[in-house]
Amino acid sequence: MMTTLSGTGSLIRLILRRDRIRIPVWILAIAATVVSSVASFPGIYADADDRQARAALMNNPATVALSGPGHGLDNYTFGAMTANELGGFTAVAFALMSILLVVRHTRAEEESGRAELIRAAVVGRHAAMTATLTVGLGTNLLLGGILALGLVSSPAQLGLAGSLLFAASMTAVGVVFTGMAAVTAQLMEHSRAATGLAAALLGLAFALRAAGDIGTGTLSWLSPIGWAQATRAYVDGRWWPLLPALGLTVVLVITAYVLRTRRDEGAGLVRAGLGRAEASGWLAGPIALAFRLQRGVLIGWMVAFVLFGLFIGSMADQAAAFVAENEMARRYFSRLGGSAAATETLLATYMSLMAMVGTGYALQATLLLRSEEASGRLEPLLGGAPLSRLRWASSHLVATLAGSVLVLGGAGLGAGVVYAGTTGEVVDAAAVLAGALTHLPALWVLAGFAVTLFGLAPAAIGLVWAALAGVVFLGMFGPLLQLPEWVSDLSPFAHTPQLPGAEFTAGPIIVLVALATALVLAGLTGFRRRDVR
Amino acid sequence: MTTAITVSGLEKHYGRTRALDGLDLSVRTGEVHGFLGPNGAGKTTTIRILLGLLRADAGTARLLDGDPWRDATSLHRRLAYVPGDVTLWPTLSGGEVIDLLGRLRGGIDPQRRAELLDRFDLDPRKRARTYSKGNRQKVGLVAALASDVELLVLDEPTSGLDPLMEETFRECIGEERRNGRTVLLSSHILAEVEALCDRVTIVRDGRTVESGTLAELRHLTRTSISAELSTAPTGLGELSGVHDLETDGTHVRCEVDTTALDGVLRHLSAAGVRNLTSQPPTLEELFLRHYEQDRSPSSGVRTGA
Repeated sequence: MMTTLSGTGSLIRLILRRDRIRIPVWILAIAATVVSSVASFPGIYADADDRQARAALMNNPATVALSGPGHGLDNYTFGAMTANELGGFTAVAFALMSILLVVRHTRAEEESGRAELIRAAVVGRHAAMTATLTVGLGTNLLLGGILALGLVSSPAQLGLAGSLLFAASMTAVGVVFTGMAAVTAQLMEHSRAATGLAAALLGLAFALRAAGDIGTGTLSWLSPIGWAQATRAYVDGRWWPLLPALGLTVVLVITAYVLRTRRDEGAGLVRAGLGRAEASGWLAGPIALAFRLQRGVLIGWMVAFVLFGLFIGSMADQAAAFVAENEMARRYFSRLGGSAAATETLLATYMSLMAMVGTGYALQATLLLRSEEASGRLEPLLGGAPLSRLRWASSHLVATLAGSVLVLGGAGLGAGVVYAGTTGEVVDAAAVLAGALTHLPALWVLAGFAVTLFGLAPAAIGLVWAALAGVVFLGMFGPLLQLPEWVSDLSPFAHTPQLPGAEFTAGPIIVLVALATALVLAGLTGFRRRDVR
Repeated sequence: MTTAITVSGLEKHYGRTRALDGLDLSVRTGEVHGFLGPNGAGKTTTIRILLGLLRADAGTARLLDGDPWRDATSLHRRLAYVPGDVTLWPTLSGGEVIDLLGRLRGGIDPQRRAELLDRFDLDPRKRARTYSKGNRQKVGLVAALASDVELLVLDEPTSGLDPLMEETFRECIGEERRNGRTVLLSSHILAEVEALCDRVTIVRDGRTVESGTLAELRHLTRTSISAELSTAPTGLGELSGVHDLETDGTHVRCEVDTTALDGVLRHLSAAGVRNLTSQPPTLEELFLRHYEQDRSPSSGVRTGA
């Protein structure tokens, strides 16, 4: 056993050296976001009445599905507010950090061929994974510790016991997904596929707890995020729901090691067969190539978004039932127009959220421009074929444009068809689909920003993910933190009419499309003038 | 005499690093031109400027009577390029990549494609991810050779090929030359350059240090002479152009400047030659002279167009 681990220490140091910027940035970004949000609570919700007014808003299915089961709503302390409204997304952030870290140092290394160089030295078969898991665990523990410390010392003066439990439950989600990514990295031959599968499982975990929290609560127990929220931190805290997280992590890690032993270096358990000897007739130009390269990513996003849409559509019905039964919710929504308004608000909220998440697809697709260039695959295309830079880049953008319509359209259609099935009104399907598609211009603005960076500052293109994180943050927590309007308005999604339910206005749509076009043109102009590198 | 490529005084900086420092290159239409130099000499940077991927900081570059940066697209219709490290899309098969690159250039001759796949012994059905270095290189070569173009730009195209495939490559380039194509061949394999190239350009530290036919370059260097004489020679060391003289009784070994060869041979025959071997400088020696860092990069004649 020991020989399969030799070299682990050196590899840990290598990972820390390579990630000496990345890991601290993740830790600081997550901890600072959560702690600064909590720190602003006392200023916004000065007394118990303000907090209870907020709690009343949290008691409807749209927010329950988005945040959590709502423990402690009857005595909505700063702590309860933290756990209920920030917990779910903090857990997702921990999990994303862990997934990216694990895949980056396992499958991505094998795929690039660098792992081969390492393995040929005195390094055991399991050293790379052990080193990665060690760093993953350490990063999660460090982030948890800093988070607990920050929460205790914030102006909201959260209790020590509650903060420790909250931070531990977030860490537990991170650790579970460290194990999850270790398994998907064994299954998939491609790092992108390994990340995608782990992220899909994270989405499933979120969906299970959303469905469970709206319904009877049973489904939430199938989700690591549900376990974290079941600790009822800051309310009547209990540690035992973290046991299943521990158990699942052990199972996942053992599975990963077993799978690692059974497969060849560089191979996945899902193996690709022979390809075509000749290209099919349609693979003849840059647009076809762009679609071909995006195919896997696009299909993955579409399947996920159609499934999410179906789930949201079916939830809308439950939400209507909930509003009909719940006195407080009924009073809240009667002002807006009854249970129909409740479901429409829920659908609109979700279409907006899905559009923000779906921007992830558009950015992934746009960033393909840069990865094609950096990998050297652009060279034979631009250097050896009569293909202009403009035509090559716009081909990728056309594919991205079409892909974004398909991804958001899939979500809108999925939700709309199910919703129309419950209301019996076909027109409702079209209304929900329109609600999804109205968000496209806002999505294009972010994709356009990516093109601008690609053309003018290709080395800094990763910034666009930070921009997306900021947009999601503004969309999710803007209302909770009562941010000034000009701050919330920085997000392009803040200007999109919230359909169905709200009034459609063309003005903001036109402005967003114009802005996206300008950003794309700036990027393409820059790309035409700079070196290919 | 028309030229396919004319480069003069080319400069390119990357921050403080000076990649090209006044490089000159002239390739005549219809010739196979060897482009030699140590690693980091600026060969690939030059090629990337010629392909319009990089913009030169100073100097001029003309390619097939066009501006490599401004007319990139129309020029690329008339050339094909093989990089030294062919990177492919991992999920596409080799056959798909060959067809894609061919179609981008306006179509590919299926018969020529099949013939080249057969000659290079390449399985087009395998996904690019599973190809070895040599097989990825073959994909690039087949895609380039199957296209009907005037100019082939090859940047260390045979790296990773086995000797048999290397031989096939030489045959193919020979055929291309007979068909009147121009080839710019950057290479480290001297035997390959010696066998294929009409003229060569040697660069170092971003500058051209030698350019000309192999015969012209040989003229600039020394021939090694080994002779068995009837009597011990005298005064040989005083002759100009004689270097590294070793005498062992009647046996003489020395290096002679090619220009001084005549005088030295007269001197030797005066002493009575019993046996004589003379070796013209190999390209290897030519090359090593320029690769050695401590030598000054002068003494070059520029026999451009």
